[in-house]
Amino acid sequence: MQGNIASAEGALAAGCTFFAGYPITPSTEVAEHMAARMPKMKGTCFIQMEDEIASMAAVIGAAWTGARSMTATSGPGFSLMMENIGYAVMTETPCVLVNIQRGGPSTGQPTMAAQGDIMQVRFGSHGDYSIIALAPSSVQECYDLTVKAFNLADRFRTPVFLMADEAVGHMREKIEIPDKVEIVRPRPPADGALPFAPGPDGVPGFAAFGTGHHIPVTGLTHDERGYPDTTNPTRHESLVRRLVSKIEDARHEIADYSVVNEDAEYVFVCYGAPVRTVREVVERLKIPGTGYLQLRVVWPFPEELLKRFPSARAFIVPEMNLGMMTREIERHTCVPVIPVSKIGGDLHTPEDLVAAVKAAGGQE
Amino acid sequence: MNDGWLREDRLPHIYCAGCGNGTIMNCVLEAVAKTGWDQTKTIFISGIGCSSRAPGYIMTDSLHTTHGRALAFATGVKMANPSLNVVVFTGDGDLAAIGGNHFIHACRRNIDITVVCMNNHIYGMTGGQGSPTTPLGKTSTTTPYGAVETPFDLVELAIAAGANYVARWTSYHVKQLTDAVLAGLNNPGFSLVEVRCQCPTSYGRRNRYREPTDYINYLKSNAILKEKWERTAAPGQKLPGESFLVGEFVKRDRPVTGVPDET
Repeated sequence: MQGNIASAEGALAAGCTFFAGYPITPSTEVAEHMAARMPKMKGTCFIQMEDEIASMAAVIGAAWTGARSMTATSGPGFSLMMENIGYAVMTETPCVLVNIQRGGPSTGQPTMAAQGDIMQVRFGSHGDYSIIALAPSSVQECYDLTVKAFNLADRFRTPVFLMADEAVGHMREKIEIPDKVEIVRPRPPADGALPFAPGPDGVPGFAAFGTGHHIPVTGLTHDERGYPDTTNPTRHESLVRRLVSKIEDARHEIADYSVVNEDAEYVFVCYGAPVRTVREVVERLKIPGTGYLQLRVVWPFPEELLKRFPSARAFIVPEMNLGMMTREIERHTCVPVIPVSKIGGDLHTPEDLVAAVKAAGGQE
Repeated sequence: MNDGWLREDRLPHIYCAGCGNGTIMNCVLEAVAKTGWDQTKTIFISGIGCSSRAPGYIMTDSLHTTHGRALAFATGVKMANPSLNVVVFTGDGDLAAIGGNHFIHACRRNIDITVVCMNNHIYGMTGGQGSPTTPLGKTSTTTPYGAVETPFDLVELAIAAGANYVARWTSYHVKQLTDAVLAGLNNPGFSLVEVRCQCPTSYGRRNRYREPTDYINYLKSNAILKEKWERTAAPGQKLPGESFLVGEFVKRDRPVTGVPDET
């Protein structure tokens, strides 16, 4: 099965009933697969919108009817979605966005793999906020993490991003499809609770449109009733701080990772397609002194995990960008952080990574 | 008649004295009440601008969205749950400028929603900039020497793009407006009701209609009934001066989307 198809199948298994999208390489197979599958399933809707702005808007509209809703895109489309991603954050709308990353900026390399949107997903819309972003490194993870994305979206009432890339999206591998997947729907509002009153975890209960709650939803700064209150600094600060903290405070609950060789001196920190090369170097070539941390959840960044490697002399970060996560990791450790950047579309070779270990002082 | 449909704890509203939007909201709520729709199953959606603040004052589920995108959000709501009734409030800038692409595609899909466009020929909320419906020669803060671009005719645009129901009235014609909105709500497919209305603060002030009544009189005296014009005008005759047609322009039954499955 292809990674893009696995993501679509994972979404359907998770109960996704609404997909809105716009064709864009290298993500189009997700939409095509949904277009073929959804009309044969009762109570679902696939719609091709006029652009990615509209796709994201429709996904949010559908989410408010209680549907599990999703879109899929790549770089240029992702840029167009930024406006309504901010709206989804501000209105606490659960939804899933699959980004099959390609080379940028601009139209860039439509058919080549990249990880250049990993900061855009964190900071791309205006204002302060946090989101949840997952990064699959295999076709199996495309399936599993898409299911997980829906559960996290509902649990935290936030847009959740599957940050795959062209290599993983177009890769074909055998996968295991479980008979049943775990499904976590949003917590309903407590009796008499205001629609945007948070629970103890900072997340408000969710009630769908048409169920009698008469919820006014706005992208303006609002109070717990949902009423606009745009000039009160305290109101704005408490709302935005809550939107950030409901996710950042739960970052260890959200974290999904693999820690391999905790006593390693040369530790790869990796996510997405480069994980495959790291595993080759650490697990098959068994380069002495090496280990790795694979992040399946990239955002919120689980900085505590870096402490799982007490002997680390260097964190080596292979990325298909010019060192975006390298900077995030540097912020959380005194250990030297060494980027191994590769852009242009080719994956890292084992030699690239072995050379990085050597350069860091390791022996082959 | 609108009992229970207004969020009275949101009042006072933000509209300026003399604004036409309140009149239009009143007509729309009256029409909605006449449909007998369940308040719980009725959703109001809007974009950004003065017009788009309307849903916030109505006691239903509502989405006050991003600028120009109301129709795309409405498409998601209606396609995901066709049993909901969806009404969109928008303005000339929201619908015809930044939302122009969504507008023509929503008409093309003929999605079963009703759109009320409060066309005051100006960006009111941001202080009076020219819009795609600012008439030639009229003054705004971005057309200080008079608008030089030909405005959109929203009615013609909606008809060409495939909408099933299209009407135009003004904030003076409250009875006809209410009836037109009701006809739009009841007609399957995409319905557009354009309402020309006064913005004394941002448009009237710069265009010699300082008093709200000045512009209402202008609307009254320049609106020509479509049926009357078709009956009396010579072939090819142009509309005189600044006059414009009002009435029901299209009521048809092209294939629609966003309606519940019959099965």
